[in-house]
Amino acid sequence: MSARLLEVRDLRTHFFNRGTVAKAVDGVSFHVDAGEMLALVGESGCGKSVTAYSLLRLIADPPGKIVGGEILFEGHDLMKLSDDEMRRLRGDRIAMIFQDPMSSLNPVFTIGAQIAESVLVHRGGTKAAALSRAVELLDLVGIPDSRRRIDEYPHRLSGGMRQRAVIAMALACEPKLLIADEPTTALDVTIQAQVLALISELKQRLGMGVIMITHDLGVVAQHAQRVAVMYAGKIVEQAAVADLFSRPLHPYTKGLLASIPRQGASGGRLNEIPGMVPSLLAMPRGCSFAPRCPKAVDRCTHHVPSLADISPLHPVSCFVAQQEAKL
Amino acid sequence: MQGLKEFLRRFVRNWPAVGGFALLMIVLVMALAAPALYPGSPWDLVAQPFLWPGADAQFRLGSDMMGRDLGAGLFHGARVSLLIGFVATLVAVLAGIAIGALAGYYGGWVDDVLMRLTEMFQTIPPFIFAIVLVAIFQPTVATIVLAIGAVSWPAVARLVRGEVMALRNREFVQACIAIGMNDARIIFRHILPNTLAPVIVTGSLMVATAILTEAGLAFLGLGDPNVMSWGTIIGAGRDVLRTAWYVTAIPGVAILLTVLGINLVGEGLNDALNPRLRQK
Repeated sequence: MSARLLEVRDLRTHFFNRGTVAKAVDGVSFHVDAGEMLALVGESGCGKSVTAYSLLRLIADPPGKIVGGEILFEGHDLMKLSDDEMRRLRGDRIAMIFQDPMSSLNPVFTIGAQIAESVLVHRGGTKAAALSRAVELLDLVGIPDSRRRIDEYPHRLSGGMRQRAVIAMALACEPKLLIADEPTTALDVTIQAQVLALISELKQRLGMGVIMITHDLGVVAQHAQRVAVMYAGKIVEQAAVADLFSRPLHPYTKGLLASIPRQGASGGRLNEIPGMVPSLLAMPRGCSFAPRCPKAVDRCTHHVPSLADISPLHPVSCFVAQQEAKL
Repeated sequence: MQGLKEFLRRFVRNWPAVGGFALLMIVLVMALAAPALYPGSPWDLVAQPFLWPGADAQFRLGSDMMGRDLGAGLFHGARVSLLIGFVATLVAVLAGIAIGALAGYYGGWVDDVLMRLTEMFQTIPPFIFAIVLVAIFQPTVATIVLAIGAVSWPAVARLVRGEVMALRNREFVQACIAIGMNDARIIFRHILPNTLAPVIVTGSLMVATAILTEAGLAFLGLGDPNVMSWGTIIGAGRDVLRTAWYVTAIPGVAILLTVLGINLVGEGLNDALNPRLRQK
């Protein structure tokens, strides 16, 4: 039984703008154990990133606000921490990797200085000690010739190397939880695989919990242990990876899986899910997926389904799937 | 350090900028050499009045209507003009950076309050405002510096605010927050160094404006009565403009060349630092 590292209960993050409310995250619950990778999957605009930013309380207020829920990290509710306590936690116990390594490094400092700084901010000590730690970290993330590379400016590194440097920064204080917000979307395919393998390996070695935000189900299949599928601000299905791939229950998950291009199946169009994610400002009354759902019944357009375990540890929020499971 | 070398290479290739820099250096040497070359006070009455330049080997630049050595005035005036120009700009740049950075970083009501304040200052014509400030307080070097600083910070504040607002939303600033840095560290260590290039360019041009403003104040008799600046000499020479125009012309040319030099250097800095122009 591994320790429960993070438990999110009924998280709600809303954005307020000129009298309208966009419920970007609307009642999301999940957990991450130490040494486990949870993948948060969904289309653009479904609230994955907002969920991640909410965990670190990085939502700009105004216009955003976490209006409800608990974020229990090692048993303590992050929502109850003061700004100062929260700041000390960021980068130390919980670290985050951003989407674009081109812009997440400061162009005017060497990568060594930036990695050393994240050590200095939390651990203090001398600059020389922090720099030698930076060399260690660059070794850890597989940047060759680390002793020389710490003096390079970000623009002199390739995208993959930069993302490695960003990961090194995030790992500087050996965080317990790493949040990776689409860490590979800005990289090309071969580098993607390397960076993901690196994160996966570091997770094993350091025993971190990882939340991997992605829209790429291939990533999920290879590296994650559990998956939470998000749609329009809610988690619609959650399961262990093998379980989800062999037995997807929510029509949206099925659609996502069907739209993955497969080797060998040449010719023909890729499957797609018709329609678009509804605007957060104009949510349908019932299930938010109902307008695009091939299986929607009358009830779906009037009532909002809630997550319910269909089989153990495999909750789904879909009336149809829940109905079928009972039979 | 690579960046510095690259910057120097660009700057040196730009010959007007190098010329401007040379002019500035000449003025700086004049200012530094003043006490050695003219040990006495420039106010001392040392020669006979209205000595034309070149008429007396001891006073090559001539003397004014009181018999003060214009050469001494020119060299000592360089000290005052440069001092006031640079210190006033420093005051303005520091105030502008502080206000602009706060407004740009925090946004919201902080931004509103600070920017309305900035606009208030901007609606008053700067030279008139400087005259009013110096007239209210005693005209001393310190009050003149503060007055010039007070009328020139809004431009810097607006510039810095804009840059900071743009940088604020860059991912590396988000990453700094996610690493757990406090606001002061993010602003001073990570955001401000990125705004430095345009601030240096604006600041260098502000030095020229400050020197002109000081000369204007001194010309109107609002200079520090204890120090002789170029503006003071011009103001004194105004009465004898038709008979002894050289009294006005000599410091006038000095101001012209200094301001020209500073502007050329400013343009050169702009070309060397501005990434948009680099490709050309």
